[in-house]
Amino acid sequence: MDLFEYQARDLFAKHDVPVLAGEVIDTPEAAREITERLGGKSVVKAQVKVGGRGKAGGVKLAATPDEAVARATDILGMDIKGHTVHKVMIAETAPEIVEEYYVSFLLDRANRTFLSIASVEGGMEIEEVAATRPEAVAKTPIDAIDGVDEAKAREIVEAAKFPAEVADKVANVLIKLWDTFIKSDALLVEVNPLAKVASGDVLALDGKVSLDENAEFRHPEYEELHDKEAANPLEAAAKAKGLNYVKLDGQVGIIGNGAGLVMSTLDVVAYAGEKHGNVKPANFLDIGGGASAQVMANGLEIILGDPDVKSVFVNVFGGITACDEVANGIVQALKLLEERGEKVEKPLVVRLDGNNAELGRKILTDADHPLVQRVDTMDGAADKAAELAHAAK
Amino acid sequence: MAIWLNKDSKVIVQGMTGATGMKHTKLMLGDGTEVVGGVNPRKAGQTVDFDGTEVPVFGTVKEAIEKTGANVSVIFVPEKFTKDAVVEAIDAEIPLAVVITEGIAVHDTAAFWAYAGKKGNKTRIIGPNCPGIITPGQSNVGIIPGDITKPGRIGLVSKSGTLTYQMMYELRDLGFSTAVGIGGDPIIGTTHIDALAAFQDDPDTDLIVMIGEIGGDAEERAAAFIKDNVTKPVVGYVAGFTAPEGKTMGHAGAIVSGSSGTAQAKKEALEAAGVKVGKTPTETAKLAREILSA
Repeated sequence: MDLFEYQARDLFAKHDVPVLAGEVIDTPEAAREITERLGGKSVVKAQVKVGGRGKAGGVKLAATPDEAVARATDILGMDIKGHTVHKVMIAETAPEIVEEYYVSFLLDRANRTFLSIASVEGGMEIEEVAATRPEAVAKTPIDAIDGVDEAKAREIVEAAKFPAEVADKVANVLIKLWDTFIKSDALLVEVNPLAKVASGDVLALDGKVSLDENAEFRHPEYEELHDKEAANPLEAAAKAKGLNYVKLDGQVGIIGNGAGLVMSTLDVVAYAGEKHGNVKPANFLDIGGGASAQVMANGLEIILGDPDVKSVFVNVFGGITACDEVANGIVQALKLLEERGEKVEKPLVVRLDGNNAELGRKILTDADHPLVQRVDTMDGAADKAAELAHAAK
Repeated sequence: MAIWLNKDSKVIVQGMTGATGMKHTKLMLGDGTEVVGGVNPRKAGQTVDFDGTEVPVFGTVKEAIEKTGANVSVIFVPEKFTKDAVVEAIDAEIPLAVVITEGIAVHDTAAFWAYAGKKGNKTRIIGPNCPGIITPGQSNVGIIPGDITKPGRIGLVSKSGTLTYQMMYELRDLGFSTAVGIGGDPIIGTTHIDALAAFQDDPDTDLIVMIGEIGGDAEERAAAFIKDNVTKPVVGYVAGFTAPEGKTMGHAGAIVSGSSGTAQAKKEALEAAGVKVGKTPTETAKLAREILSA
């Protein structure tokens, strides 16, 4: 889960990473009172989870409270690279910036541990610095158990060649930032820029934080960090039903069991679609093991409720789950939906393989639902589903 | 001979007395796995009856090893407690710990992985968030259905459970030496490379099928390893070509970040290493079949 800048700022503040004052608002008028409190001037910053907002006009200085309201009016509702601005942060104006640095902690998948990245060349995308001046980027592995203590922080400061006059302050920021990373179960905490200002202090002026949703069980505070506005309505509805669903932009609705098989199903449908008017998968939906009729009905309901969907491909490999249970699930799900008064009009292609496949197929044949077709291979069923979607397009 | 698991493996189940543990212990016993004990400090001293097989419950992994000679632990404990369970297995120096639990916080996995390293890596960890490992006809540890396929000479390593089953099913007539599901989390104990190395050294494996998916660069690193170290034929499959950037596709680790972790890059890396990569699971199985019958 990626956080907005203001959420990252709040999290940094909570862990004593030095930040500037700032408050988030969603109506322009609220900018006035905050700007007054900040001494009459402020920076109005669009809150979007995409880089390059400054260049897009999403960050503006306001010299008076009135101007802050005007800038907030301009920025709220703005589209930045496909992201609508629903919130702006009214932030304290930064003191004169002398230098801009970069520091982050992140998960290092390849080395199965954590990593610190630091550079004295901050203010731009770190990938860009790494590509053009790799010698200016210091990567330091962090042991997941030992973490970042004073000595480790000094090691990072030295590796990145921070100037001596800020070494203590940067080391202190690193320790606090590590604290943020560990205590929040973050996958990434990034400060860019970490600015040295005229007074000699260092301040985190902008930041990115990504949190591990698997750790939500020990972080009740995650709940309110979820970005409910941005979620696609179908994704939000699926989440409410506990379904693992991602909306895509194609026409073939997909239901399957197991993340790998569902990902593979999307690909196989896209290949098949090349022969059928380039139809593509409309979604990812993993109903997991032990798909009950209820879960199947919930999944079908989401997918059939997607106006983009022209056909549905149910692709199940019965592992521990038996295919006869899955077939019963489909039949009952269709009945359940019809009982709920939902008209099922889109064709379903069902492929069942594995545990009790013969029995499952027989159940579907016997049920003889006019919209359900059985195709017994994954590639064949994908082709049929793509063909039906193309015909209905 | 197979890799890591054979008919002599003695298996304990951490979390055996929970619903998932009970269900799968029964299935594992049915597949001929020698399950010698369960671990649950609150039920130590009891025994659990699985269709006539009495399985004792021990208070700790250490005690279970001392009393039964167990050399494999399979972990079904809930995600909140998984880290402690794995640390206990590491402390007891069990040679193989298979972590089935899904949804573990990655900081917990990073911590137990670092802990294993500090203890000298005496415990091979498979998973987390994996279906386990099966050596057909000998032993089955985890949740892989035991009746899909028979013993044979294909080795399989996969990030995905259901794609493991699909591939075992596609090649069920040929059979497998060992199939191992390494899991779809961002940090995992046993990697594609570990399995490739073991299959390369296994005289009972003639061909290796490797299944990957989007996210990270494990497949790219596996490709480099294959190029330098694997002489046996390898057939590959990668899932997630149609996955959008920045979205987690079911598995916590299955995410394309910016331009990294794409299926296309993985496929290209594997092909550059001489691995034949199928477009679909069925086509991948066909490639394996062609090589074995050549």
